[in-house]
Amino acid sequence: MSNHYYNATDLGKFGNITDFQKEAGEKFFAWYGEVFKDSALSAREKSLIALAVAHAVQCPYCIDAYSSDAYEKGYSEEQMMEAVHVAAAIRGGASLVHGVQMMNKVKEIAM
Amino acid sequence: MKSLKAQGSNLADALTQVDILEHGYGDSFKLVPFQEKLQNVGLLPLRPTNINIFQVNVGKMCNQVCKHCHVDAGPDRKEIMTIETMQQCLDVLAANPQLNVVDLTGGAPEMNPNFRWFVQEIRKLDRHVIVRCNLTIILANKKYHDLPQFYKEHKIEVVSSLPFYTQDRTDRQRGNGVFEDSIKGLQMLNEVGYGIEGTGLTLNLVYNPAGAFLPPSQTALEAEYKQALMERYNIRFNQLFVITNMPISRYLDYLLQTGNYDKYMEKLTNAFNPAAAANVMCRSTLSIGWDGYIYDCDFNQMLEMKVDASSRHISAFDLAALQQRPIVINQHCFGCTAGSGSSCGGAVT
Ligand code: SF4
Ligand code: SF4
Repeated sequence: MSNHYYNATDLGKFGNITDFQKEAGEKFFAWYGEVFKDSALSAREKSLIALAVAHAVQCPYCIDAYSSDAYEKGYSEEQMMEAVHVAAAIRGGASLVHGVQMMNKVKEIAM
Repeated sequence: MKSLKAQGSNLADALTQVDILEHGYGDSFKLVPFQEKLQNVGLLPLRPTNINIFQVNVGKMCNQVCKHCHVDAGPDRKEIMTIETMQQCLDVLAANPQLNVVDLTGGAPEMNPNFRWFVQEIRKLDRHVIVRCNLTIILANKKYHDLPQFYKEHKIEVVSSLPFYTQDRTDRQRGNGVFEDSIKGLQMLNEVGYGIEGTGLTLNLVYNPAGAFLPPSQTALEAEYKQALMERYNIRFNQLFVITNMPISRYLDYLLQTGNYDKYMEKLTNAFNPAAAANVMCRSTLSIGWDGYIYDCDFNQMLEMKVDASSRHISAFDLAALQQRPIVINQHCFGCTAGSGSSCGGAVT
Protein backbone atom coordinates (compact mmCIF):
# COMPACT_ATOMS: atom_id res chain seq x y z
CA MET A 1 0.00 0.00 0.00
CA SER A 2 1.36 3.40 -0.92
CA ASN A 3 1.88 5.85 1.90
CA HIS A 4 0.21 8.82 0.29
CA TYR A 5 -3.37 9.43 -0.79
CA TYR A 6 -2.91 11.03 -4.21
CA ASN A 7 -0.65 9.82 -6.98
CA ALA A 8 -0.74 11.43 -10.45
CA THR A 9 -0.21 8.11 -12.19
CA ASP A 10 -3.39 6.76 -10.59
CA LEU A 11 -5.41 8.92 -13.00
CA GLY A 12 -4.30 6.68 -15.84
CA LYS A 13 -5.54 3.66 -13.90
CA PHE A 14 -9.04 5.05 -13.46
CA GLY A 15 -10.41 2.55 -15.98
CA ASN A 16 -9.33 -0.28 -13.70
CA ILE A 17 -12.14 0.41 -11.22
CA THR A 18 -14.16 -2.06 -13.30
CA ASP A 19 -11.82 -4.78 -11.99
CA PHE A 20 -13.67 -4.91 -8.67
CA GLN A 21 -17.22 -4.34 -9.96
CA LYS A 22 -17.43 -4.80 -13.71
CA GLU A 23 -21.07 -4.11 -14.39
CA ALA A 24 -21.46 -0.96 -12.33
CA GLY A 25 -18.06 0.28 -13.48
CA GLU A 26 -18.88 -0.19 -17.14
CA LYS A 27 -22.24 1.47 -16.68
CA PHE A 28 -20.49 4.44 -15.10
CA PHE A 29 -18.07 4.81 -18.01
CA ALA A 30 -20.84 4.46 -20.59
CA TRP A 31 -22.86 7.11 -18.79
CA TYR A 32 -19.81 9.32 -18.34
CA GLY A 33 -19.09 9.09 -22.06
CA GLU A 34 -22.66 9.99 -22.85
CA VAL A 35 -22.63 12.97 -20.51
CA PHE A 36 -19.57 14.51 -22.18
CA LYS A 37 -20.75 14.13 -25.78
CA ASP A 38 -21.62 17.07 -28.02
CA SER A 39 -25.33 17.52 -27.46
CA ALA A 40 -27.47 20.44 -26.30
CA LEU A 41 -24.23 21.69 -24.75
CA SER A 42 -21.04 21.22 -26.74
CA ALA A 43 -18.29 18.90 -25.51
CA ARG A 44 -16.22 22.05 -25.28
CA GLU A 45 -18.65 23.82 -22.93
CA LYS A 46 -18.94 20.66 -20.85
CA SER A 47 -15.19 20.61 -20.43
CA LEU A 48 -15.25 24.07 -18.85
CA ILE A 49 -18.13 23.09 -16.56
CA ALA A 50 -16.16 19.99 -15.56
CA LEU A 51 -13.15 22.17 -14.78
CA ALA A 52 -15.22 24.37 -12.47
CA VAL A 53 -16.85 21.39 -10.77
CA ALA A 54 -13.47 19.72 -10.35
CA HIS A 55 -12.43 22.73 -8.28
CA ALA A 56 -15.65 22.71 -6.31
CA VAL A 57 -15.21 19.06 -5.37
CA GLN A 58 -11.44 19.58 -5.12
CA CYS A 59 -10.55 16.42 -6.99
CA PRO A 60 -6.88 16.65 -8.01
CA TYR A 61 -7.36 14.01 -10.71
CA CYS A 62 -10.25 15.88 -12.27
CA ILE A 63 -8.36 19.17 -12.03
CA ASP A 64 -5.43 17.55 -13.83
CA ALA A 65 -7.64 16.02 -16.51
CA TYR A 66 -9.87 19.03 -17.17
CA SER A 67 -7.12 21.65 -17.01
CA SER A 68 -5.49 19.82 -19.92
CA ASP A 69 -8.78 19.14 -21.65
CA ALA A 70 -10.12 22.70 -21.43
CA TYR A 71 -6.79 24.18 -22.53
CA GLU A 72 -6.57 21.74 -25.42
CA LYS A 73 -10.11 22.54 -26.42
CA GLY A 74 -9.00 26.12 -26.93
CA TYR A 75 -10.03 27.95 -23.77
CA SER A 76 -7.78 30.81 -22.77
CA GLU A 77 -6.06 30.93 -19.39
CA GLU A 78 -8.33 33.83 -18.48
CA GLN A 79 -11.50 31.88 -19.29
CA MET A 80 -10.25 28.93 -17.27
CA MET A 81 -9.46 31.05 -14.25
CA GLU A 82 -12.87 32.69 -14.48
CA ALA A 83 -14.43 29.23 -14.38
CA VAL A 84 -12.46 28.53 -11.20
CA HIS A 85 -13.74 31.80 -9.73
CA VAL A 86 -17.29 30.76 -10.53
CA ALA A 87 -16.73 27.53 -8.62
CA ALA A 88 -15.15 29.45 -5.76
CA ALA A 89 -17.95 32.01 -5.71
CA ILE A 90 -20.60 29.28 -5.52
CA ARG A 91 -18.65 27.53 -2.77
CA GLY A 92 -18.25 30.78 -0.85
CA GLY A 93 -21.86 31.75 -1.40
CA ALA A 94 -23.03 28.29 -0.35
CA SER A 95 -21.29 28.67 2.99
CA LEU A 96 -22.42 32.21 3.43
CA VAL A 97 -26.06 31.57 2.65
CA HIS A 98 -26.09 29.11 5.55
CA GLY A 99 -25.33 32.14 7.62
CA VAL A 100 -29.05 32.83 7.39
CA GLN A 101 -29.64 29.54 9.17
CA MET A 102 -27.13 30.58 11.78
CA MET A 103 -28.89 33.91 12.20
CA ASN A 104 -32.26 32.18 12.44
CA LYS A 105 -30.96 29.90 15.19
CA VAL A 106 -29.39 32.73 17.07
CA LYS A 107 -32.60 34.73 16.89
CA GLU A 108 -34.54 31.70 18.07
CA ILE A 109 -32.54 31.27 21.20
CA ALA A 110 -31.56 34.83 21.92
CA MET A 111 -33.56 37.06 24.22
CA MET B 1 15.52 32.31 -31.18
CA LYS B 2 17.63 30.85 -33.98
CA SER B 3 17.01 28.06 -36.46
CA LEU B 4 18.36 24.65 -35.46
CA LYS B 5 20.80 24.98 -38.33
CA ALA B 6 22.16 28.28 -37.01
CA GLN B 7 22.43 26.77 -33.52
CA GLY B 8 24.48 23.91 -34.95
CA SER B 9 21.97 21.48 -33.40
CA ASN B 10 22.22 17.83 -34.40
CA LEU B 11 18.46 17.94 -34.98
CA ALA B 12 19.12 20.14 -38.03
CA ASP B 13 20.05 16.85 -39.64
CA ALA B 14 17.06 14.98 -41.11
CA LEU B 15 18.58 11.55 -40.47
CA THR B 16 18.97 12.28 -36.76
CA GLN B 17 15.28 13.19 -36.56
CA VAL B 18 14.21 10.04 -38.37
CA ASP B 19 16.43 7.98 -36.11
CA ILE B 20 14.82 9.44 -32.96
CA LEU B 21 11.33 8.82 -34.35
CA GLU B 22 12.16 5.26 -35.30
CA HIS B 23 14.21 4.15 -32.33
CA GLY B 24 13.37 6.57 -29.54
CA TYR B 25 16.16 8.27 -27.62
CA GLY B 26 17.83 7.22 -24.41
CA ASP B 27 15.43 4.89 -22.65
CA SER B 28 12.31 6.35 -24.28
CA PHE B 29 9.77 3.91 -25.59
CA LYS B 30 9.78 2.66 -29.15
CA LEU B 31 6.77 3.45 -31.30
CA VAL B 32 4.65 0.89 -33.11
CA PRO B 33 5.73 1.10 -36.76
CA PHE B 34 3.37 3.36 -38.71
CA GLN B 35 3.57 0.83 -41.53
CA GLU B 36 2.09 -1.82 -39.28
CA LYS B 37 -0.80 0.48 -38.37
CA LEU B 38 -1.54 1.09 -42.06
CA GLN B 39 -1.23 -2.59 -42.82
CA ASN B 40 -3.83 -3.39 -40.16
CA VAL B 41 -6.36 -1.11 -41.80
CA GLY B 42 -5.57 -2.32 -45.32
CA LEU B 43 -3.87 0.85 -46.54
CA LEU B 44 -0.40 -0.49 -47.24
CA PRO B 45 1.16 0.37 -49.62
CA LEU B 46 -0.31 3.84 -49.37
CA ARG B 47 -1.01 5.12 -52.87
CA PRO B 48 -2.25 8.37 -54.34
CA THR B 49 -5.94 8.77 -55.08
CA ASN B 50 -6.19 11.64 -57.52
CA ILE B 51 -3.30 14.08 -57.48
CA ASN B 52 -4.51 17.62 -57.95
CA ILE B 53 -2.55 19.75 -55.46
CA PHE B 54 0.85 20.99 -56.50
CA GLN B 55 2.55 22.39 -53.44
CA VAL B 56 5.70 24.40 -54.00
CA ASN B 57 8.07 25.34 -51.22
CA VAL B 58 9.81 28.38 -52.67
CA GLY B 59 12.41 28.65 -49.91
CA LYS B 60 13.23 28.36 -46.24
CA MET B 61 13.83 32.04 -45.61
CA CYS B 62 11.39 33.57 -43.13
CA ASN B 63 11.06 36.74 -41.07
CA GLN B 64 9.84 34.65 -38.11
CA VAL B 65 11.43 31.83 -36.15
CA CYS B 66 8.46 29.99 -34.66
CA LYS B 67 9.13 27.36 -32.01
CA HIS B 68 7.10 24.69 -33.76
CA CYS B 69 8.35 25.28 -37.32
CA HIS B 70 8.70 22.00 -39.20
CA VAL B 71 10.79 23.74 -41.88
CA ASP B 72 13.37 25.13 -39.43
CA ALA B 73 12.83 28.37 -41.32
CA GLY B 74 14.22 31.73 -40.30
CA PRO B 75 16.08 34.83 -41.45
CA ASP B 76 19.35 32.90 -41.59
CA ARG B 77 18.07 30.27 -44.05
CA LYS B 78 19.29 31.04 -47.54
CA GLU B 79 17.71 28.16 -49.48
CA ILE B 80 15.58 29.85 -52.15
CA MET B 81 13.98 28.50 -55.33
CA THR B 82 15.56 29.94 -58.46
CA ILE B 83 13.60 31.42 -61.34
CA GLU B 84 14.77 28.51 -63.52
CA THR B 85 13.19 25.96 -61.16
CA MET B 86 10.05 28.09 -61.05
CA GLN B 87 9.94 28.00 -64.83
CA GLN B 88 10.21 24.20 -64.72
CA CYS B 89 7.25 24.15 -62.31
CA LEU B 90 5.28 26.34 -64.71
CA ASP B 91 6.06 24.00 -67.61
CA VAL B 92 4.84 21.06 -65.56
CA LEU B 93 1.64 22.91 -64.67
CA ALA B 94 1.02 23.86 -68.30
CA ALA B 95 1.41 20.22 -69.35
CA ASN B 96 -0.75 18.79 -66.53
CA PRO B 97 -4.13 20.51 -66.21
CA GLN B 98 -5.11 17.95 -63.57
CA LEU B 99 -2.92 19.91 -61.15
CA ASN B 100 -5.56 22.55 -60.58
CA VAL B 101 -4.47 23.87 -57.17
CA VAL B 102 -1.08 25.42 -56.53
CA ASP B 103 -0.19 25.82 -52.87
CA LEU B 104 2.75 28.14 -52.26
CA THR B 105 4.64 27.80 -49.05
CA GLY B 106 8.03 28.44 -47.42
CA GLY B 107 9.46 29.94 -45.11
CA ALA B 108 7.72 33.15 -45.94
CA PRO B 109 7.10 32.55 -49.65
CA GLU B 110 6.90 36.31 -50.25
CA MET B 111 10.61 36.63 -49.39
CA ASN B 112 11.58 34.82 -52.57
CA PRO B 113 12.54 37.68 -54.93
CA ASN B 114 10.64 36.08 -57.83
CA PHE B 115 7.53 35.30 -55.82
CA ARG B 116 5.23 37.84 -57.47
CA TRP B 117 6.31 36.89 -60.96
CA PHE B 118 5.71 33.22 -60.13
CA VAL B 119 2.20 33.93 -58.82
CA GLN B 120 1.32 35.94 -61.93
CA GLU B 121 2.54 33.19 -64.25
CA ILE B 122 0.60 30.50 -62.38
CA ARG B 123 -2.53 32.61 -62.57
CA LYS B 124 -2.04 32.98 -66.33
CA LEU B 125 -2.36 29.18 -66.42
CA ASP B 126 -5.67 29.66 -64.62
CA ARG B 127 -4.86 27.64 -61.53
CA HIS B 128 -6.29 28.24 -58.09
CA VAL B 129 -3.43 29.65 -56.00
CA ILE B 130 -3.10 29.38 -52.25
CA VAL B 131 -0.44 31.37 -50.42
CA ARG B 132 0.65 30.44 -46.91
CA CYS B 133 1.16 33.99 -45.66
CA ASN B 134 2.46 34.37 -42.11
CA LEU B 135 0.75 37.82 -41.77
CA THR B 136 3.67 39.64 -40.14
CA ILE B 137 5.52 39.67 -43.46
CA ILE B 138 2.97 42.23 -44.69
CA LEU B 139 4.29 44.65 -42.06
CA ALA B 140 7.92 43.52 -42.03
CA ASN B 141 9.04 45.92 -44.72
CA LYS B 142 7.50 48.71 -46.81
CA LYS B 143 7.89 46.66 -49.96
CA TYR B 144 5.41 44.11 -48.61
CA HIS B 145 2.71 46.56 -47.47
CA ASP B 146 0.79 46.16 -50.74
CA LEU B 147 0.64 42.35 -50.55
CA PRO B 148 -3.09 42.33 -49.68
CA GLN B 149 -3.75 44.35 -52.83
CA PHE B 150 -1.52 42.06 -54.89
CA TYR B 151 -3.33 38.98 -53.58
CA LYS B 152 -6.68 40.53 -54.34
CA GLU B 153 -5.68 41.42 -57.90
CA HIS B 154 -4.75 37.80 -58.59
CA LYS B 155 -7.62 36.24 -56.63
CA ILE B 156 -5.26 34.35 -54.35
CA GLU B 157 -6.56 32.33 -51.42
CA VAL B 158 -4.71 33.41 -48.31
CA VAL B 159 -4.06 30.89 -45.53
CA SER B 160 -2.49 32.27 -42.37
CA SER B 161 -1.41 30.82 -39.10
CA LEU B 162 -2.72 32.36 -35.89
CA PRO B 163 -2.08 29.90 -33.06
CA PHE B 164 -4.58 31.63 -30.80
CA TYR B 165 -6.72 34.71 -30.48
CA THR B 166 -4.77 35.89 -27.44
CA GLN B 167 -1.40 37.55 -27.46
CA ASP B 168 0.44 35.46 -24.91
CA ARG B 169 -0.22 32.08 -26.45
CA THR B 170 0.56 33.31 -29.95
CA ASP B 171 3.74 35.14 -28.99
CA ARG B 172 5.04 32.23 -26.96
CA GLN B 173 4.93 30.08 -30.05
CA ARG B 174 5.77 32.53 -32.78
CA GLY B 175 7.88 35.22 -31.08
CA ASN B 176 7.34 38.52 -29.30
CA GLY B 177 5.22 41.03 -31.15
CA VAL B 178 3.93 38.48 -33.66
CA PHE B 179 0.38 38.63 -32.36
CA GLU B 180 0.10 42.39 -32.66
CA ASP B 181 1.50 42.41 -36.18
CA SER B 182 -0.67 39.45 -37.18
CA ILE B 183 -3.76 41.35 -36.07
CA LYS B 184 -2.67 44.37 -38.11
CA GLY B 185 -1.99 42.10 -41.09
CA LEU B 186 -5.44 40.57 -40.78
CA GLN B 187 -7.04 44.00 -40.60
CA MET B 188 -5.18 45.02 -43.76
CA LEU B 189 -6.47 41.90 -45.52
CA ASN B 190 -10.01 42.63 -44.32
CA GLU B 191 -9.70 46.20 -45.62
CA VAL B 192 -9.24 45.05 -49.21
CA GLY B 193 -12.11 42.56 -48.84
CA TYR B 194 -10.45 39.35 -47.66
CA GLY B 195 -12.64 37.22 -45.41
CA ILE B 196 -15.68 39.38 -46.13
CA GLU B 197 -18.75 37.61 -47.43
CA GLY B 198 -19.57 38.23 -51.07
CA THR B 199 -16.10 39.37 -52.17
CA GLY B 200 -14.92 35.89 -53.18
CA LEU B 201 -11.64 36.67 -51.44
CA THR B 202 -10.89 33.77 -49.14
CA LEU B 203 -8.96 34.21 -45.93
CA ASN B 204 -8.53 31.06 -43.89
CA LEU B 205 -6.77 30.85 -40.56
CA VAL B 206 -4.77 28.00 -39.12
CA TYR B 207 -4.76 26.95 -35.47
CA ASN B 208 -2.07 24.66 -34.21
CA PRO B 209 -1.63 23.82 -30.55
CA ALA B 210 0.81 26.04 -28.65
CA GLY B 211 2.19 23.14 -26.64
CA ALA B 212 2.41 19.37 -26.44
CA PHE B 213 -1.19 18.46 -27.09
CA LEU B 214 -3.59 17.64 -29.90
CA PRO B 215 -5.95 20.15 -31.48
CA PRO B 216 -9.65 20.25 -30.53
CA SER B 217 -12.68 20.05 -32.80
CA GLN B 218 -12.40 22.39 -35.75
CA THR B 219 -16.02 23.59 -35.78
CA ALA B 220 -16.19 24.48 -32.09
CA LEU B 221 -12.89 26.36 -32.15
CA GLU B 222 -13.79 28.17 -35.35
CA ALA B 223 -16.89 29.60 -33.69
CA GLU B 224 -14.81 30.73 -30.72
CA TYR B 225 -12.15 32.34 -32.95
CA LYS B 226 -14.76 34.12 -35.04
CA GLN B 227 -16.47 35.59 -32.02
CA ALA B 228 -13.27 36.61 -30.23
CA LEU B 229 -11.58 38.16 -33.28
CA MET B 230 -14.74 40.03 -34.23
CA GLU B 231 -15.45 41.38 -30.74
CA ARG B 232 -11.89 42.36 -29.94
CA TYR B 233 -10.42 43.43 -33.27
CA ASN B 234 -13.29 43.60 -35.73
CA ILE B 235 -11.63 40.90 -37.82
CA ARG B 236 -13.44 38.51 -40.14
CA PHE B 237 -12.21 35.36 -41.83
CA ASN B 238 -13.70 32.39 -43.67
CA GLN B 239 -12.61 29.12 -42.12
CA LEU B 240 -10.37 27.90 -39.35
CA PHE B 241 -8.14 24.95 -40.17
CA VAL B 242 -7.07 22.96 -37.17
CA ILE B 243 -3.65 21.35 -37.55
CA THR B 244 -1.67 18.89 -35.45
CA ASN B 245 1.97 19.74 -34.76
CA MET B 246 4.36 17.39 -36.52
CA PRO B 247 7.02 15.83 -34.30
CA ILE B 248 9.86 16.94 -36.55
CA SER B 249 12.41 19.75 -36.68
CA ARG B 250 11.90 22.58 -34.16
CA TYR B 251 8.76 21.05 -32.67
CA LEU B 252 10.66 17.82 -32.11
CA ASP B 253 13.38 19.89 -30.46
CA TYR B 254 10.76 21.52 -28.21
CA LEU B 255 9.29 18.12 -27.28
CA LEU B 256 12.70 16.74 -26.38
CA GLN B 257 13.84 19.86 -24.50
CA THR B 258 10.70 19.96 -22.36
CA GLY B 259 10.49 16.23 -21.68
CA ASN B 260 7.19 15.99 -23.54
CA TYR B 261 8.35 13.73 -26.38
CA ASP B 262 7.19 10.37 -25.04
CA LYS B 263 3.80 11.61 -23.88
CA TYR B 264 3.14 13.42 -27.13
CA MET B 265 4.04 10.44 -29.29
CA GLU B 266 1.88 8.23 -27.12
CA LYS B 267 -1.01 10.63 -27.63
CA LEU B 268 -0.52 10.65 -31.38
CA THR B 269 -0.32 6.88 -31.68
CA ASN B 270 -3.27 6.26 -29.32
CA ALA B 271 -5.34 8.65 -31.39
CA PHE B 272 -4.59 6.85 -34.69
CA ASN B 273 -7.77 7.07 -36.75
CA PRO B 274 -8.17 4.78 -39.79
CA ALA B 275 -10.59 7.23 -41.42
CA ALA B 276 -8.00 10.00 -41.15
CA ALA B 277 -5.35 7.64 -42.52
CA ALA B 278 -7.45 7.01 -45.60
CA ASN B 279 -7.62 10.74 -46.27
CA VAL B 280 -4.05 11.89 -45.67
CA MET B 281 -3.15 14.81 -47.90
CA CYS B 282 -0.20 13.08 -49.58
CA ARG B 283 -2.74 11.01 -51.52
CA SER B 284 -3.74 14.07 -53.52
CA THR B 285 -0.65 16.27 -53.22
CA LEU B 286 2.85 16.57 -54.59
CA SER B 287 5.37 18.75 -52.85
CA ILE B 288 8.20 20.44 -54.69
CA GLY B 289 11.30 21.51 -52.79
CA TRP B 290 13.21 24.76 -53.33
CA ASP B 291 15.78 22.81 -55.35
CA GLY B 292 13.18 21.12 -57.56
CA TYR B 293 13.09 17.70 -55.94
CA ILE B 294 9.72 16.03 -55.58
CA TYR B 295 8.28 14.78 -52.28
CA ASP B 296 5.04 13.26 -51.04
CA CYS B 297 4.43 16.20 -48.70
CA ASP B 298 6.16 19.15 -47.06
CA PHE B 299 7.03 16.99 -44.03
CA ASN B 300 8.76 14.33 -46.09
CA GLN B 301 10.52 17.17 -47.83
CA MET B 302 11.95 18.43 -44.54
CA LEU B 303 13.00 14.88 -43.63
CA GLU B 304 14.67 14.64 -47.04
CA MET B 305 12.61 11.61 -48.11
CA LYS B 306 12.16 11.96 -51.84
CA VAL B 307 9.34 10.24 -53.72
CA ASP B 308 9.69 6.56 -54.49
CA ALA B 309 9.32 6.90 -58.27
CA SER B 310 11.45 7.23 -61.38
CA SER B 311 10.38 10.87 -61.53
CA ARG B 312 12.16 12.51 -58.59
CA HIS B 313 12.95 15.97 -59.91
CA ILE B 314 10.80 18.61 -61.53
CA SER B 315 13.03 18.40 -64.63
CA ALA B 316 11.90 14.78 -65.10
CA PHE B 317 8.28 15.23 -64.04
CA ASP B 318 6.00 12.35 -65.01
CA LEU B 319 2.54 12.51 -63.48
CA ALA B 320 1.56 9.03 -64.65
CA ALA B 321 4.58 7.51 -62.89
CA LEU B 322 3.96 9.58 -59.77
CA GLN B 323 0.32 8.57 -59.70
CA GLN B 324 1.43 4.90 -59.44
CA ARG B 325 4.05 5.35 -56.73
CA PRO B 326 3.88 4.05 -53.17
CA ILE B 327 3.94 7.00 -50.75
CA VAL B 328 6.97 7.09 -48.47
CA ILE B 329 5.80 6.84 -44.89
CA ASN B 330 7.51 6.82 -41.52
CA GLN B 331 6.84 7.45 -37.85
CA HIS B 332 6.15 11.19 -38.25
CA CYS B 333 3.04 10.21 -40.28
CA PHE B 334 1.26 9.57 -36.96
CA GLY B 335 0.92 13.37 -36.90
CA CYS B 336 -1.45 13.21 -39.89
CA THR B 337 -3.65 10.39 -38.64
CA ALA B 338 -4.42 11.38 -35.04
CA GLY B 339 -8.00 12.24 -34.11
CA SER B 340 -9.83 14.02 -36.89
CA GLY B 341 -6.62 13.98 -38.94
CA SER B 342 -4.45 16.85 -40.01
CA SER B 343 -3.51 18.33 -43.35
CA CYS B 344 -2.68 21.73 -44.84
CA GLY B 345 -6.44 22.16 -45.16
CA GLY B 346 -7.16 21.23 -41.56
CA ALA B 347 -9.04 18.18 -40.26
CA VAL B 348 -9.67 15.43 -42.81
CA THR B 349 -12.62 13.56 -41.29
S1 SF4 C 1 6.12 28.34 -38.97
FE1 SF4 C 1 5.92 29.56 -40.82
S2 SF4 C 1 6.13 31.67 -40.11
FE2 SF4 C 1 6.94 30.35 -38.51
S3 SF4 C 1 9.14 30.20 -38.91
FE3 SF4 C 1 8.14 28.46 -39.92
S4 SF4 C 1 7.76 29.14 -41.99
FE4 SF4 C 1 8.15 30.97 -40.76
S1 SF4 D 1 3.54 12.99 -43.13
FE1 SF4 D 1 3.34 13.21 -45.33
S2 SF4 D 1 3.58 11.15 -46.10
FE2 SF4 D 1 3.12 10.96 -43.95
S3 SF4 D 1 0.90 10.75 -43.87
FE3 SF4 D 1 1.37 12.90 -43.60
S4 SF4 D 1 1.20 13.75 -45.62
FE4 SF4 D 1 1.40 11.53 -45.87
